[in-house]
Amino acid sequence: MTMNDEHVLSQKFIIKGGDFSNAGKTSTSIKEILKELGIVPSIVIRASIAVYEAEMNVVMYANKGLVTLNITPEELHLKLEDEGQGISDIDQAMKEGFSTATHEMREMGFGAGMGLPNIKKNADRFKIISIPGTGTTLDIIFFLNKTGNK
Amino acid sequence: MTLKEIKEILQADVITGEDSLDEEITFAGGSDLMSDVLAFGKPGILLLTGLSNSQSVRTANIIDAKAIVYVRGKKPDEEGIKFAREKGIPLLSTKLMMYATCGLLFSHGLPGVSNLP
Repeated sequence: MTMNDEHVLSQKFIIKGGDFSNAGKTSTSIKEILKELGIVPSIVIRASIAVYEAEMNVVMYANKGLVTLNITPEELHLKLEDEGQGISDIDQAMKEGFSTATHEMREMGFGAGMGLPNIKKNADRFKIISIPGTGTTLDIIFFLNKTGNK
Repeated sequence: MTLKEIKEILQADVITGEDSLDEEITFAGGSDLMSDVLAFGKPGILLLTGLSNSQSVRTANIIDAKAIVYVRGKKPDEEGIKFAREKGIPLLSTKLMMYATCGLLFSHGLPGVSNLP
């Protein structure tokens, strides 16, 4: 598949909450797909980092998550919808250093309160919606028609 | 500086990637916190870490790190080693602690990631 045809790539991945031993596998697969599609390396890295952070959040905090990867000639869209505790104060969660991580999460090298800010930093467009007690949805978008020098 | 020189400076063991020791390393960064690595890491980095679970290797792959040196004699589990082999990421392990590892490499002229323009 090349980026020149008008085909839209759409693929879904399931992430299991609490499954620390497989954490990061979905992002690794997505990175391979992006590389194979010939997407600009700087965007591949930014998208991989963003989806990896988001995947870790699902593993750490949610019961399960669905990742939808949608690629059109114009943009790369990663949607993460999780079922879980949600976030009651998004402004607080977006602050670097704010975290509700457990000891286990910190032992994995995560839970430093850098995840959401880092996703936002890497994305061209970032949207977060959360319903406490239900779950969180992230929209992470990258524009493919730019050179990617964000 | 090549990975082979780094191996000698740190008296490190090669866990995997023996055939990649001629690879040129131009900068490094050290952290046990993968969140920080994802925030400061740049493609081509030599990652120094004391975090030895498979997340360290997955993080290195995500940011296109050139290789990992584990400090304090740590080694990742079999799954981490297998993944590194698949992705062609050399893994080294030194008995030195983080401070000494960074200091030795820095004093031999290997800059930190933040020193890049």
